[in-house]
Amino acid sequence: MNVLLPVDLEDVWRVLAENPGAGVYAGGTDFLVRLRKGGPVPGVLVCLERVREIRDIRKTQEGLFIGAAVTHTECLQNPLVREGFPLLAQALEVLGSPLVRNMGTIGGNVVTASPAGDTLPPLYVLKAEVEISGHAGSRRMAIRDFILGPGKTALGPGEVLKGVRLKRPGSGLIQHFEKVGQRGSLAISVVSLAAILRLDPSGCILKARLAWGSVGPTVVTSEAAEKALEGCLLDEQTLRRAACLAKKAVSPIDDLRASAGYRREVAGNLLFRLPGCFRSRSGKGFPARSPREGDTSVSGVIPC
Amino acid sequence: MLLRFELNGEAAAMETDPDRRVVDLLREDLGLTGTKEGCGSGECGACAILVDGIPRLSCLMLAAQLEGRQVKTIEGLILSGSARTLEERFVSHGAVQCGFCTPGMMVTASHLLRTRPNADRKTIRRAISGNLCRCTGYQKIVDAVEAAVDGRPKESGS
Repeated sequence: MNVLLPVDLEDVWRVLAENPGAGVYAGGTDFLVRLRKGGPVPGVLVCLERVREIRDIRKTQEGLFIGAAVTHTECLQNPLVREGFPLLAQALEVLGSPLVRNMGTIGGNVVTASPAGDTLPPLYVLKAEVEISGHAGSRRMAIRDFILGPGKTALGPGEVLKGVRLKRPGSGLIQHFEKVGQRGSLAISVVSLAAILRLDPSGCILKARLAWGSVGPTVVTSEAAEKALEGCLLDEQTLRRAACLAKKAVSPIDDLRASAGYRREVAGNLLFRLPGCFRSRSGKGFPARSPREGDTSVSGVIPC
Repeated sequence: MLLRFELNGEAAAMETDPDRRVVDLLREDLGLTGTKEGCGSGECGACAILVDGIPRLSCLMLAAQLEGRQVKTIEGLILSGSARTLEERFVSHGAVQCGFCTPGMMVTASHLLRTRPNADRKTIRRAISGNLCRCTGYQKIVDAVEAAVDGRPKESGS
């Protein structure tokens, strides 16, 4: 296989037009593993790691543009990401390992469209838009419309993901991400939850956005669970109601990492780890350690 | 393709298939067998090398990606003396048992020492969390890296 390394988008479109069916990758941490496992072998590989228009993070009028070929490490080290989008930074902190984060890219995590993609629940609750670029021009769409199923996206032939656009979510929000895996590092998520809550000074939830990973073919959202939080105090009773609705919203499967039943319980119970809940009792929620299968602090069955 | 890059401080030019895995290029074609292949899928870190100073997995990079880059392998780190303290601490703390993970561990740890010269134990653990060791239980490796942090010659003004 020839391996081509275009240096700008013009170059990418030309190369893709000349080599229909080419395999496109950036960090290679998913793509090259799949290729080696015996997937279909394309005649030509196109590596996007040197395409300059998709290598940077920059401020936009409404927030931030993160180029598709920006690595997870670069994202994590960027103050605009850390300070403006702590939710995304929290997910990146636990994605793969330092070595994987030095290679894997945000664009790759989105286009791979894995149900367990760690950046996807945060990008859903942040209502991220993806920018798609092809010879005919650019187009934008909401990430939830872009991801169609496991490994399936709305990317057309000859198109590449240019980057992700984020709107500033505002200040004074609770931004929370937690991933449950089988170990601390290099763990494929068993269940993950991304949440953004806006509270008024009395502790009443004004607005809630929730998204779960690894409990359905794509990221799962639940308007019912969000509505159950809004207008209520962030307390145990409210969270119980929302957790029951969350458990109804998810559609997990059994696999080698966890059973569907465990995933369903944990999807609901992760809500109880939102910072700020049970404040009066312990000062700061449950300890945010990585639980394991059978860990009753997250898998204890809460009666609905 | 004719591949040109910098290998352990020296200019290198060689004919290779563009889709040759970098780990194979190093081990099979260049005889640099310090770099190990463990899992071949990015989960063990045994194949770590420095590319433009950043630790990367040589099992998940293809030869063409090296064009114009600076590559440093464990051999380069040892021969240039830049990992001498680390090497000595690995030996004195018993951080090497079967030795298979050691080159990758040292590549990762050398990057940590350069970028976070005051790294504490927690930072060290986190930094090597992508490098698997099946012998030591990590304790001695963390001890060795911590001793290398403490034992660094104090440089002023750099």
